[in-house]
Amino acid sequence: MNDDVQRFLDLFNERNAQRLSSQGPEPTWIAARRQAGAARFEALGFPTRRVEAWKYTDVRAIARGDFALATDADFSQASAAALTLPLEAHRLTFVDGVFSAALSQVDDLPKGVQLLPLSRALAENHEAVGGPLGRLTGVDFSPFSALNTAFMEEGAVVRLAPGTRVDKPILLQFLSRANETPVMSHPRVLVEAGDRSEATVIEHHVGEEAAANFTNLVEEIILGRGTLLTHYKLQELPLADLQVSSIQVEQGRDSRFTSFNINLGGALVRTDLVSDLNGEGAEANFNGLFYGQGRQHVDNHTLVNHNAPHTFSKENYKGILDDRAHGVFNGKVIVKRDSQKIEGFQSNANLLLSDRAEIDAKPELEIYADDVKCSHGSTTGQLDEEAVYALRTRGIDEQTARGLLTLAFAGEVMEQVELDAVSERIELAVAGKLPERFNLAGLVETAMALGDD
Amino acid sequence: MLEVKDLHVTAEGTEILKGLSLTVKAGEVHAIMGPNGAGKSTLSAVIAGKGGYEVTKGSITFEGQDVLEMEIEERAQAGLLLGFQYPVEIPGVKNVYLLKAALNAQRAARGQDDIPAPEFMKLIKERLAQMKMAASFLQRAVNEGFSGGEKKRNEILQMLVLQPKLAMLDEIDSGLDIDAMRVVADGINSLRAEDRSILLVTHYQRLLDFVVPDKVHVLVDGRIAKSGDAELARELEARGYEWVQEESAA
Repeated sequence: MNDDVQRFLDLFNERNAQRLSSQGPEPTWIAARRQAGAARFEALGFPTRRVEAWKYTDVRAIARGDFALATDADFSQASAAALTLPLEAHRLTFVDGVFSAALSQVDDLPKGVQLLPLSRALAENHEAVGGPLGRLTGVDFSPFSALNTAFMEEGAVVRLAPGTRVDKPILLQFLSRANETPVMSHPRVLVEAGDRSEATVIEHHVGEEAAANFTNLVEEIILGRGTLLTHYKLQELPLADLQVSSIQVEQGRDSRFTSFNINLGGALVRTDLVSDLNGEGAEANFNGLFYGQGRQHVDNHTLVNHNAPHTFSKENYKGILDDRAHGVFNGKVIVKRDSQKIEGFQSNANLLLSDRAEIDAKPELEIYADDVKCSHGSTTGQLDEEAVYALRTRGIDEQTARGLLTLAFAGEVMEQVELDAVSERIELAVAGKLPERFNLAGLVETAMALGDD
Repeated sequence: MLEVKDLHVTAEGTEILKGLSLTVKAGEVHAIMGPNGAGKSTLSAVIAGKGGYEVTKGSITFEGQDVLEMEIEERAQAGLLLGFQYPVEIPGVKNVYLLKAALNAQRAARGQDDIPAPEFMKLIKERLAQMKMAASFLQRAVNEGFSGGEKKRNEILQMLVLQPKLAMLDEIDSGLDIDAMRVVADGINSLRAEDRSILLVTHYQRLLDFVVPDKVHVLVDGRIAKSGDAELARELEARGYEWVQEESAA
């Protein structure tokens, strides 16, 4: 076993001893899973590029890191307010993985909604957590899910009673601090949405400019019949932060899962998004946007399993890469043998703004049924210089013209974003400060006024 | 307003303009005519600032400013606007966005604040009506999926909104049926003003029946070979360009 793995395991043992002395023994199932996670991680080690799923992503920046574990959640209200989304929301905040009650807002939860930090959910009723947790994303999913299971302590539990509709979004904020010694955190998110419930969950990752921490998140989302869930992952981490996210969704009959996977920051970011369409009528919409500059590396692996007939999936990922940034898109759709009458559409387009930017795109379809409608495609190109010129001849400066066209490229995905606070962040990151809000919020009124007479 | 002196322009090693001089005064409408390949489009492209051309000699001044020293966007902000022969499609950028951003860029260059929304709406509404364009045009991406005629109308719409000091229109009449031609010509005529000049680049006389120019220049082999009034355009229509070419060669 190599030294890198040993270093993580040493910290694991140290943390276990510490926890035992301060909090006493944990419930047996948790202790057992930790051991299973650590054993699995020890056996697998960090993935190397010889493993197909990690062919284009070198995780040595993580493996070689010497990370501590955060012990407090201190973060000034003012700096948190400057970083976080200006939204009316039910909010849980984690600072380097540690829950911050001071930066959370959960006092007006509607009836039928539970939103609580994992530590509290465990304290209140650990058995209720033990059933679903780890059922979708176990220690075998990846070395990182094993590592997460070994270290998991904090995170969020969201439970929606059947028929509950949550009007305000549920916002999970993960703040990364500029620590003297970089830290790692292993948040665990569990969403259990009862039949016919409806909600928007936003995972927002952001931090202090000089932060250089590692976040290894595992999220499991279980959707009952007829559930409508919109999920945002808005990742705007500082440029030295490292992040691996494994998000897995199980969809019941007639449920609809809409994902926005938006990656704008971080040095090395890997996201795995998996949806199992297990009931007829289930629908998954994957919208993705990644923007890389400098030497950022951003890797998205998505997988849709059409496990039942009459299921639908639609995926649209857009990548924009500047400087020497490296992007990876791997989107896979698997149609099981008896999953007839399914529809699976996948599209990926990438824009390279520099000669040295790089994209590895691989759309994959595996179809074992014969009556299906599927398509996939991937394209990569540059900005249209004729269009840059045309905009400049109308008085728009070059930087703005390029920003506009870059943002226009992301348009199809942007148009689906319903939260203004989120689209504003994307606009700013991708196009810089534009002269007008790109979607011209007043447009509808303008058009209506024009149609008046 | 516009002064072009002894302009020599090369593209990919070939000299296209070979000492072209032209003076356009405020309030005048000039038409540049000439056979294909004479350099008509090169002139307007160089004035607008398109890349790929090298000015080897001569000067272009606009209201006393050295145009060749200005960035493309600065030329537009100063009131020099080019309507394209082949307007480019800009997927994802809505017309209304382009119009508002362009108008505000021009205002910012003049030290003015952004146009208030109601004023902008009123302006757009009037100009759309003038060009017989539906409000739905605003929400469509610039020129995307537009017919040839719609693209040309859209160029004129931009002119009507941005109110340039010098409007250059490159083969604006190509690909227009007679109805669209009338709308476009009406739009151009509505731009005529004492403090505005218009430079029409065209191969055919047809447009000039609707927009009667003050001066007509015939561009042959990179130089203005002959100048005259609207009557010259009619003569060219009747006799073709050969006699001018022969005259200038002699």
